[in-house]
Amino acid sequence: MTKQQQTIVQMTNIVTEFGANRIHDGVNFSIRRGEIFGLLGGSGAGKSTLLRQMIMLQKPNQGAISLLGKQLSHLNKTEQQAIRLQWGVLFQFGALFSSLNVLENVAVSLKEYSNIPSSLIEEIAHTKIKMVGLPAHAAYLYPSELSGGMKKRVGLARALAMDPKLLFLDEPTSGLDPNSARAFDHLIVELKHMLDLTIVMVTHDLDTIEYVLDRFIILHQKKVLIEGSMADVQRMQHSALSEFFKRAK
Amino acid sequence: MSISNLTIQTTDTHLCLRSQGNWQANALQDVYQQLQEIKVDTVIRHISWDFSGVEEMDSPALVMIVQFLHRYDSSKVSFAITGLTVKYQRMLIFYRKNAVLNKPQSMTKVGFFAGIGCQFIQFLAGARQFMHFIGETCYQFLYVLLHPSQFRFAATVKHIESSGFRALPIIGLTAFLIGLVIAYQSAEQLSRFGANIFIVEMVSISVFRELAPLISAIVVAGRSASAYTAEIGTMKITEEIDAMRTMGFEPQRFLVLPRMFALIISMPLIVFFADMVGVFGGMVIARFDLGLSFSEFMARMQTEVPLKHLLIGLIKAPFFGFIIAAIGAFRGFQVTGSTDSIGHYTTISVVNAIFWVIASNALISVLLTELGI
Repeated sequence: MTKQQQTIVQMTNIVTEFGANRIHDGVNFSIRRGEIFGLLGGSGAGKSTLLRQMIMLQKPNQGAISLLGKQLSHLNKTEQQAIRLQWGVLFQFGALFSSLNVLENVAVSLKEYSNIPSSLIEEIAHTKIKMVGLPAHAAYLYPSELSGGMKKRVGLARALAMDPKLLFLDEPTSGLDPNSARAFDHLIVELKHMLDLTIVMVTHDLDTIEYVLDRFIILHQKKVLIEGSMADVQRMQHSALSEFFKRAK
Repeated sequence: MSISNLTIQTTDTHLCLRSQGNWQANALQDVYQQLQEIKVDTVIRHISWDFSGVEEMDSPALVMIVQFLHRYDSSKVSFAITGLTVKYQRMLIFYRKNAVLNKPQSMTKVGFFAGIGCQFIQFLAGARQFMHFIGETCYQFLYVLLHPSQFRFAATVKHIESSGFRALPIIGLTAFLIGLVIAYQSAEQLSRFGANIFIVEMVSISVFRELAPLISAIVVAGRSASAYTAEIGTMKITEEIDAMRTMGFEPQRFLVLPRMFALIISMPLIVFFADMVGVFGGMVIARFDLGLSFSEFMARMQTEVPLKHLLIGLIKAPFFGFIIAAIGAFRGFQVTGSTDSIGHYTTISVVNAIFWVIASNALISVLLTELGI
């Protein structure tokens, strides 16, 4: 297996039920190293649930998730903690800690999990804040003083704080105006190239799907309708598929 | 396992650095110290830095290197960085581009006296807002008086149930224990003088006039002032209050008046309940400790305890209810922005409510005594 083809996430036969309501019925797909992978599908198709299962916030009723070579269901507390430090997560609305300012939000894991001197931590946090395209003075603002787009950027900076190899983004461009959304897309692609990231995102944004994603799955009727790139999709003829893209457009 | 290493050699104008090992976050402490100790020397004309011995690097290491290189930006020093893999070269350029050179200053520190001044100004601003709030509430009250159909009757009843009726068990228990303790402590002293029978006046007057109203108000303040602040604060953050305003539902009329009326109506009832239970606590002690039967206690109370004490306690109750509801709701409207501001204002609201209940009780107590009532 070459480095490019290495599998980072493998989802096998995932079954998820909320009460009597089955939302995934045997979902299979895999995410390769270095790609930007999208989880697509209509509202309520269970995209965010899949994402939450990958980051161990939820457990599937059946099936196996292998992430960075580890079976998530077999991990003990210490191993869980170790794997949590290898990914970064950007939540839909940033989920910033409201009692900390931007700088502290970005620096919090470095402070907690490393013995780097605090003056250097501050430098690192300032650098990461600039990296995601925020103005320098934003460092001392509190989350309640930020716009939605800025919150997402801070969330991204916080997710990148520990140099993760794997980044999870939950609807990174939702709620942003078209310009900010495209700028955010560019940022994600640039960061991916610069920092050797593998990125998994849930998105509805057609431009993001077209220009950013390397590969994606579309969830339809509890299963994976298709796994592949935009080119693969265009080759395929499927009524549900054309409907998905038409409706989205 | 992860060890980082830095060798420093200086030959007159040439600073030669050589890195080895794993340059990753947790191994950087010593290296960082070493780099900090290198003085920016004007003699130095050339710096060469060899990274060929480095296996892995992460962003803390790269930021540290970038910061070190920036120290020489203003001087005419030439750099030669060698031995970096393509990947790390690319990253170094990226981090160099994103380095923050002139760090913005954090909030300017406020001096001690300036701090006191700011606090006082804030206090005045708060007092003004409170006046505004009370004024608005009064206006809405008058409006409701003129348009009685606009009064939120169902909401008021709901708040009477949640703030008044549901508070009865805890208030009953508290009042019972207070009556019990007062009687218990007095019984000891009174029996020494053979003045057992005075336990009746002792318990009845203190419970009717001061303790029952105060204890009820403190419990209600703890339960309801906090609830009102949290409820209204949450609505403020989720923009429900703004939504109400745009739809023409005055928040003062829909949220504040029902809560205020609920407490003004239910407080006297609560206090009356606390009176009964508190005195009963005293009766239990009188019966078992001093041998004064329930009927003797009652008979003595009827002849010796004037009704005015009970009435004074009951008259104070609606004022306490008003204070608690006004402070709880007012602090709720002050909530802004983030979720932790709800916690902040809820704390303030309970502390304020309890303080003002006690303060106004003291005021009324002095006033009535001076008036000879």
